[in-house]
Parts: sequence; C-alpha cells; structure tokens
Amino acid sequence: MLTFILRRVAAGIVVLCAISFITYVLLYFSSANIARNILGEFASQDQVAAKEVALGLDQPLMTRFFAWAGHAITGDFGTSWFTAEPVVHALENRLPVTLTLVVVAIVLIAICATLLGMAAAVKRGWIDRVVQTAAVVGDAIPGFVIAIVLVTLFAIQLKLFPATSSIVPGAGADVWIASLALPVIALLINGVTGGAQQIRSAVIKQLEKDYVRTLRSRGISEREILFKHVLRSAAPAGLTVLSLQFIGMLGGVVILEQIFALPGMGALAVQSTTMGDIPLVMGVVLYTVVIVIIVNLLVDLINGWLNPKVRVS
Amino acid sequence: MAQATAPRHAQSAGENLLTVDSLVVEYPTKHFRAKPFRALTDINISIKPGETLGLVGESGSGKTTLGRAVLGLAPVTAGTVTFEGNDISHATRKQRRELSRDLQVVFQDPYTSLNPSMEIGSILAEPLGVQGQSPAQARARVKELLDQVGLPSDAINRLPREFSGGQRQRVAIARALALSPKLIVCDEPVSALDLTTQAVVLDLFLQIQRDTGVSYLFVSHDLDVVRHISHRVAVMYHGEIVEQGPADQVTVAPEHPYTQRLLLASPVPDPDRQEQRRADRHRLLELQRQTTEQAGVAV
Amino acid sequence: MSQPAAASGQTGTVVRSRVITRILKNPLGITAIAILSLMILMAVLANVLAPFDPNFANIGKTLASPDASNLLGTDSVGRDVWSRLVFGARTTLLSALLCATVAIVIGLPTGLIAGYYGGKFDAVANWVVNILMSLPGIIVLLTVRAAFGPSVWISMVAFGVLLSPGYFRLTRTSVQAVRNELYVDAARVAGLSDGSIIARHIFSVVRAPIIIQTAMVCGIAIAIQSGLEFLGLGDPTVATWGVMLSEGFKNVYLNPTLLLWPALAIGLSIGGLVLLGNAVRDALEDGVKIKARKAAPAPAAGGAAPASRADRRKVATVDAGTEHHLVKVSHLGVGYPQADGSVKKVVDDVSFHLDRGEVLGIVGESGSGKSQTAFSILGLLPDNARIVAGCIQFDGNYTVAPGDDVVSQGRVSSLRGKRISYIPQEPMSNLDPAFTIGYQLVTPMMRVLGISKAEATSRAMKLLADVGIVSPERTFKAYPHEVSGGMAQRVLIAGAISCEPDLIIADEPTTALDVTVQADVLDLIRDLQKRLGVGVLLVTHNFGVVSDLCDRVVVMQNGRLVEEGPVREILRNPSDPYTQKLLGSMLEGKEPMTMLVPAGMEA
Repeated sequence: MLTFILRRVAAGIVVLCAISFITYVLLYFSSANIARNILGEFASQDQVAAKEVALGLDQPLMTRFFAWAGHAITGDFGTSWFTAEPVVHALENRLPVTLTLVVVAIVLIAICATLLGMAAAVKRGWIDRVVQTAAVVGDAIPGFVIAIVLVTLFAIQLKLFPATSSIVPGAGADVWIASLALPVIALLINGVTGGAQQIRSAVIKQLEKDYVRTLRSRGISEREILFKHVLRSAAPAGLTVLSLQFIGMLGGVVILEQIFALPGMGALAVQSTTMGDIPLVMGVVLYTVVIVIIVNLLVDLINGWLNPKVRVS
Repeated sequence: MAQATAPRHAQSAGENLLTVDSLVVEYPTKHFRAKPFRALTDINISIKPGETLGLVGESGSGKTTLGRAVLGLAPVTAGTVTFEGNDISHATRKQRRELSRDLQVVFQDPYTSLNPSMEIGSILAEPLGVQGQSPAQARARVKELLDQVGLPSDAINRLPREFSGGQRQRVAIARALALSPKLIVCDEPVSALDLTTQAVVLDLFLQIQRDTGVSYLFVSHDLDVVRHISHRVAVMYHGEIVEQGPADQVTVAPEHPYTQRLLLASPVPDPDRQEQRRADRHRLLELQRQTTEQAGVAV
Repeated sequence: MSQPAAASGQTGTVVRSRVITRILKNPLGITAIAILSLMILMAVLANVLAPFDPNFANIGKTLASPDASNLLGTDSVGRDVWSRLVFGARTTLLSALLCATVAIVIGLPTGLIAGYYGGKFDAVANWVVNILMSLPGIIVLLTVRAAFGPSVWISMVAFGVLLSPGYFRLTRTSVQAVRNELYVDAARVAGLSDGSIIARHIFSVVRAPIIIQTAMVCGIAIAIQSGLEFLGLGDPTVATWGVMLSEGFKNVYLNPTLLLWPALAIGLSIGGLVLLGNAVRDALEDGVKIKARKAAPAPAAGGAAPASRADRRKVATVDAGTEHHLVKVSHLGVGYPQADGSVKKVVDDVSFHLDRGEVLGIVGESGSGKSQTAFSILGLLPDNARIVAGCIQFDGNYTVAPGDDVVSQGRVSSLRGKRISYIPQEPMSNLDPAFTIGYQLVTPMMRVLGISKAEATSRAMKLLADVGIVSPERTFKAYPHEVSGGMAQRVLIAGAISCEPDLIIADEPTTALDVTVQADVLDLIRDLQKRLGVGVLLVTHNFGVVSDLCDRVVVMQNGRLVEEGPVREILRNPSDPYTQKLLGSMLEGKEPMTMLVPAGMEA
C-alpha cells in the first residue's frame, strides 16, 4: 500500500517536472518584448535592457529554467513581473475561491449524479428518459453558455443573486454563499447530466452480472444488493468520470470566473497569460497540476479500496 | 525421449508430416524480474499424413498453446516444429503465407473466429486472395467449399450472425479447407456446440478426412471426443505430455495415473454403469493416494 | 446454439449501409443532419448570405433593432449581426474541423500501433497520454496563447493535441479487444501481413467509434473555441460566435438579444453534433441488440419485478391432492413480449412435479427453455419476461397462481434463500469480486435466519469444511479471485445449503468445470443431497451428469417438454424421437471413426 502511494507520488513528481519544463519552454518564446511591456512605451532602450538583465531575460533558456526551478523547489515561485506581488501570495489569495467553487460543485455533482443515475438504472421508465435526454442537452450546451443564461436570468433580470461577486479576503460566509451560488449551479447543471448517464450505465452493467442474481437467490434484499454490492462495483466508473470532470472544471472556471467576476485562479490565469507574466503563469500551472495529481492519486486509492483485485496487484 | 535425440534434418523426419521436437514455450510475465511463465515443457509429437492426433487435457494444461505454437501464434522458446521436413518454429510472415496452403486451423468458438462484419463469401475468399487467386477463381472455389461442408450457396452474401453455432463452425471448417491443406489444427472445435450439433460436425471432420486425406491435430478437453476421432492420442497435464499412444489404448486402458483419473471422471449415460464407474473412480483415487503416501514416506 | 438460423429476410448488405439507414430513420438523427447541413451551408455560402462585411461598422447605427437591411440588428459599434453570425459559422466549423483532424492524425495511428503491437511504444504512449489527460485544457491554451499569440488556428491545433488521447485510448482499446480475437488469429494463419490485418479486420472495428468520437470532439472544440473568444483571447479581427457572445454580454443591460443569436448558434451546432453521435451509437447498438436477442434471452436484469395484481389478490388454494409435492409446475408458459406486439414463447405448456428428497433432471440443448423453467420457480426471470400460461406451486402454495402474468415477488422472495436455493453454472462470475468469500456466506445467513454474526461465522466455517474445503479459515478470508474455479463452486454450494433449504435449483452446476473437478463436485452434491434429504432440480445438457445424480428426468426441446420418466427408463428406452436422437449423439460406447448421424437424419 505504502509502496503504491510512494510510486504514484514519484510518478507525479516526474510529471510535474516534465510539465513545468514544457511550459517554461513555451513561455520562453513569448518573453521577447516583456521588458518593454512592463516599462511601457516611453522607457528608453537602456532602461529596457537593464530590466531584461534584472529579470534574467538575457540568460539562455536552460539557465533561466534551472534558476527558476531551483527556487521553486524551495517553495519560492518568485514575484509577479507586473505587480511585484509574490506569486505564492497571489495564488494563496485566489486558490480558496476556485477550490471552494470546484469542490462544492463536484461533491454536489457526485451526490446528485449517483442518485439520479441509480434511479434511472433501477426504475427505468420516465426518470430514465429524463436522465437520458438531460444528458444529451447537457452535452450540447457549453457550461459558460449556461452560466451566461443564469446570470442574465437570475442576476440581471430577476435580481435574485448578485451579478458580480463581492468576495474579498476575510469576507463572511454569507458573501461567499451569495457569490458562489450561481457559479456552482452552473457547474452542477453541466456536470450532473453526464455523470448521471455514466452512473446509470455502470449500474445497469452491474445489475446484469451473474452474482446479482445469485445474491437475490440467497434472500438478500434488493436494497442491500443495490447499495452494498452494485454501487460499490459501479463506483470506479463513476469516479473516473468525476475525476475527469474535476480536471475539466479547473479549466472551465477560467471562463466562469470571468462571467461572475470571481477573484479566483482563473482570473489570475487570464491576466498573467495575456500579459506574459511568466512567474505567475508558472505558478498557476504548477498549482493546477499539483491539484490534478492529488485528485488522480485519491481516485486510485479509492478504486484500490473498492476493488480487492487492484489492491493485490 | 528417443525422438529428442533423433537427428533433425529433413530426411530423417521421414514420412511424418509434422514433427514437434523438445518444444518449450515460455511467456514473459508482467514483472520484468520475474521468471517467464513456462506454458509447455519438452513436447514431442508427430503426425503422419492422413492421421489424426488427439490432444486431451484440462484447462491450463497447455494443449491449446501447443496447437498455437504449431501455427506460429505462440512463441517457440526452445525445440523445433518441423513441417514436411522444414523447420517452421521461427517462420517469417512470408514463410507463413507459403505454409498456410498446407497448414490451417479451426478454432473453438465459432462466434469469435469469424469477423462479424464480413460476409461469409469474403471470409472464405480471404485465404484464397492471400495466395493470389483472382476474385473469379476464388468465387468458384468458395461455392465448392460451401457445398463440401453442407451449407447453401446463398450463404456467400450473408453475415456470420445469421447462422447458428453449428453452421458457423462449418464456415470455419470451409475456411480451413479453402487451400486444400495437409494438416488442420482443430482447437476444441466442437466444445461450444450442442450434443446433436457436435455429432454432425464430428461426422463432417471424419468425412473430410476420408475424402481428402488431411491430417488433424485435434485438441479437446473431452476424452470421448478424442477417442472417437483420433488414431493416436496424447494426454497433456501441467504443460507436459504425460502419455501418448494408439487411441484405443490411451483412452480405454491408460497407464498414466492422470489419464486413469480423467477416464473414470467422465460420467456415462446409464445410472447403474455410472455407479460402477463411480466406485471404480473412488477405488482408483484411494489407490493413487496410498501410492503417493508411500512414495512420500519412502522419500 | 442450435436455434434455427435466422436466415429469413436479410440478404447480405454491408453493415455500414444498414447503420446509415438506421440513422436516417431515427428522427433525432435526421434533425442532427439537418442542423449540421444548415450550419455547413451557412459557412460555405457566407459571402453570398451576408449583406455586409463582418467587420464593417456603421457608427451611426449602433445597437439597432432588426430591420430590412440589418436582419438581426446591429451591435454596439454598428456591425451587422446577421453577417457576423454567418461568417462566424465559417470560423467555428473550420476550427472544429482543424481540431478534430489534428486529434485524429495524432491519436488514431498511435492508438493502432500501441494497441496492436503493445510493448514499449504502448508503455511510453500511455505515459504521455496520462499526462495530456491530466492537463486542464484551458490553462494550457492560455499558455499556448501567451507563447504564440492570439491565433484561432494555433489554439485549435494545440487543443487537437490535447484531445488526441481520446482517440488514442478509443483506438487502442478497440484494437486490443480485436487483436486477440480468433478471426485475427485465423488471418495470421492465412499469412496476411500486419498491414492487411489492420486494414481488413481492425480498422472496421474502430471506424464507427471514431465517427462518434469525432462528433463529440467537434462539439467540445466549438465550445472551447467560443469560450476562448468570449474571454477576449481570440483574434479581434475575426468574427466568431464567441466574440459576439462576449460583445453581447458586455451590453446585456442594453440589448440582451445580442447574446441570444450566438448562444443559439453555438447550442444548435454542438447539439447537432451530440445528436449525430448519439444517433450513430443507437444505430450501432440496434445492430448489437438484434444479435443479442437472437443469441439468447437477455440475462436477468431485475428480480424486483413490479408488484403485480397477484400480490394484492387473495392467493388461490392449490388443487386438492397435490399439496404434498414440493414443487408442481402446471402447463407453464413463459414468453417475452416483442416490439411488434407478439409474444415470443420460450417455455410452452410444461408440466412436472418434484417431491421432497427427490432429484429431478431437466435435460435439453441450448434454447430448450430448461433454464427459463428453473428461473420461473426461483422467481428470477428477467424483468421483461411474462408468465403467459399455467401455474407453479411450492410446498402446497402457489408462487405463480393461475392467471398471474409475473412471478409474485411478494411470495417468492420470502422463500428464496430460505427454502429454495440456487447453484449457478459459472462459479467465478457468481461471487461478488469486491467481498470476501466469508462475507458472502455470512450475510445471507444473518439476513435469512436472523442469527448473529458470530454464529453465522462459525456455521460458515463448518459449511466450508462440509463441502470439502481443506482450510476453511483461509478460504473464508479469501477474495473470489484468489481461489480456483472448483473451489469457488464448492463455496457456492456451501452458500446454497447454508440456510437448510428444501429445494436446490442447480443450473448446469458442473458445466464450467474440468472433468476431474466435475466428478468431485457431483460427488459432493450427491452426498449433501442424501444427507440433507433436500429436493434438487438439476438443469443440464449432459446425460452423464443426469445418470450420476437424477431419480427422474424431464427432456425439453424448443420450450416444450418432450418426455418425462424415471432415469433408467428414459436413458435406456427413450420413446420420443428427439430423446433418441440426443442419446444417439452420445459418443460413449460408439465405434470410433464411424459416422454418428445416420444418413438422412442430419439436422
């Protein structure tokens, strides 16, 4: 078990290194005019050259990367080139908003999708048709379009929610709830339909298994078969979908945060990439990848716990 | 063991169509440090023209692997497979193409051995096309083949799923016969079939052998099937051949303890004779247990 | 497997054309094709359809309502909404196409190679794919944009790379599934080159899933592309739906309809693609379903059939003088309602009885209805099965009363596990792989007998010893995949006798086992039956098994009972021609190398 975790963590670190290198190389090509952009149009050529030296832009690619990586290992991601705010600090202010949004949404999706998917698989009939149709509709409309519709309808027309968030560091729970309600609902609508569809087919597949019939023949109640045996075997399929949705959402919130004017990582990502703020971009990418790696590890661990065959190997 | 030391060049294979000499098959395992899995150990068999060698054993005994090694579908780790005097144990794809004229196969499962999206006509024409026959020639031959295995000629344009298990197995047999081979490896060709269908298909195998003089390597888990169709029988157990000889000897009065157990384990369709056989089996098991115990004490 | 060949009607057309016909017959499929054709038409004919250049701004006429010259009005800088929408279709569709092409070009060949050859390439490719799959797409696209500037095409190429793992996995899985199919082996034996095998046998399997995947990928590409443009990260000089959406969102207080048109266009395009993908999938699955129905009745999908009228009605009493039979099946008919309103009967007018302590064999070939008969007694028929005639009584009470159309779960569920138990055919698939063997033995005893866990555990240990398992403790703690097939079957037998039933229904209990193991398991069933005095209904195709265990035999063919009687009479002097033919097909005692089927008797 421990070796399994260690192996996965090691693999995660390798992935992390690979991605940071690739990202760094990509960004290298974007940094040509960065000093000029920072100083503005009226700075002299000498000032620009001095700034380039100060930022290390005169160094070759590999030197720059290893200099950055050397600091990153110690947890120092440098400071933003444009705002001079430490990257770690900027991220720590933004991360809670994004994580709260995504985690709350994924938990709600997991619960709703499981209930809906199981109901559709077991009861069939109208609820099954609703879930199936909803899955098609949910696939058809991009999340951010749903978000736009929600804002227009509930915030601007009906004024039930604030159209833009007022989350600031230290804001109370009421502000958070009011600000995150609509974005969470937007993510929920988009995620539940697909998730329910996957759970539905996984449960149906399990219900057709021989062992379910044998459990029935042994006098085990339908409820126990469903919740103890079938759900457990169907869970890995659902978890895989959820983890993919989670990763998708980490990207999707970029647009969502723009629509709802949320001060999260997404907004930071857009700002930093449009300006070419390399330290900040690297910070955003690394944080995101670390979150993804942790989620994937968690999913693997839960799958191992659910399935004894995986556990042994 | 005598065969193992025999010289291996072409002439000495003599009248044997197929000779398998000291064959070992190993599969690499997932973990790179672990020992490879040994599926077959020191296999020696031979088949003469027009002869059927029955290969019997239970699941995991390696009987299917042996058939696949002859066909080039399993890796030969050591030893040789000689067909008509040529060593084919490591034949290239091009050599296989040549070989496929004389060496063919019928698999167990008639549901997965035919491509579900291809029409019977194209399935049967495939081996002909590989040998460079023109579509017209191939079409004529396909008609002949369908007739030979007792299928209607309008089967050409139909898909496998429109046929029953027994009919599909006829298609698979027709495909094997397409190039008039000298040897057909039959891997459990009747195990997936119902009793009455099995009888019909076994008759077809016998009839084809009478008509064409083809040889069979006939793999089966069923001693009764092997007894019925084979001239000689080899018994496999844990990747080795434990006994081989004339069919009426091996399948009626076997010498190896495993074959003895296998023979008495198969129930007969009469309650009183079955009761007798059951008692014989229990006596045999008791006897073999005592023998092992004595051997254990002695060692 | 011996059911009559479904040769009627279908003369060979190639599968592909059938799928297309099915898509065209599906209203959703037609809708999808109509929407997509419309979009493509818009894109192709943009120059003709659009009255204005998409970037022509009439400063004097901003945020105008629709009129004769501006069909859908103008935006905040006076550009014609309709013209921009039409040109937007061109950009959107082209970028979706570009993205899908890149993804296919990368994913398909690598998937084919990795799936077909496996090995090192597979390992490396999988590693790369795992990395790509765990990257949040938009963040990567933002980075790419930072590096290469705001080009739609570069973003779409990058996004295509990000989506290529989908194709890779799809192809790889399909190829792996097919690679070891026997028909591919047959092609190898025929000497086909790898190239021909991939082209002839493997590519045809991948083709349809690729089409479905492409529809989905195009949809995702449109969504992402619009999303990027919406963020203002696109090329501002190119009219796209995303830019229009962003423009509309900025003016949402002034003119919300500016949002409506691009949102509608995006929703319709993606919706059309999703519907197309689903229609293709449905069309393919229809084909599979037809095949599955031909092969065998669907496996039991639900034991909890809806409570029927029968549950509420007062249960009729059984005919006097038949109460002493443990099971009595009278004129039973089981059928499956078909789409065309007819009912396909799989069991037809079957009657027999079984007394306490008796072993009754039901013999027949596949499709004879023997298993369906057994499952009617257990009450575990598939949900869509209907009792179309007859009745079943157990121990003097109806479980299927005359006139019932389903087995009453209310009456049978209290018997199942407790008084009627079941030994299945395939030992491995009948144990839940996620729970230990001990758990699966203990729980039914706790539920059915109401005993404590400790008591159930000690009983389970004894049961495991009783069925001849050498180390009960170890087996108790083991998971199903850790024991052999023969051992698993012993465990299932232990489960079947754990609550001391009066009747055991054994469905081909030794068919999946090796002959030597079969003999041991038959010994075990015989000993237990004698010791417990339990009635056994043995479903089998094997006359050897019948002669070994049964007192009486019922022979079935095509859903009907053809002959019934004491085992010696049936096996020695069968009166029905079908029974004679079945016994005649036995190899035991036949002269080797002779024909088994007399001329003129061929099936």
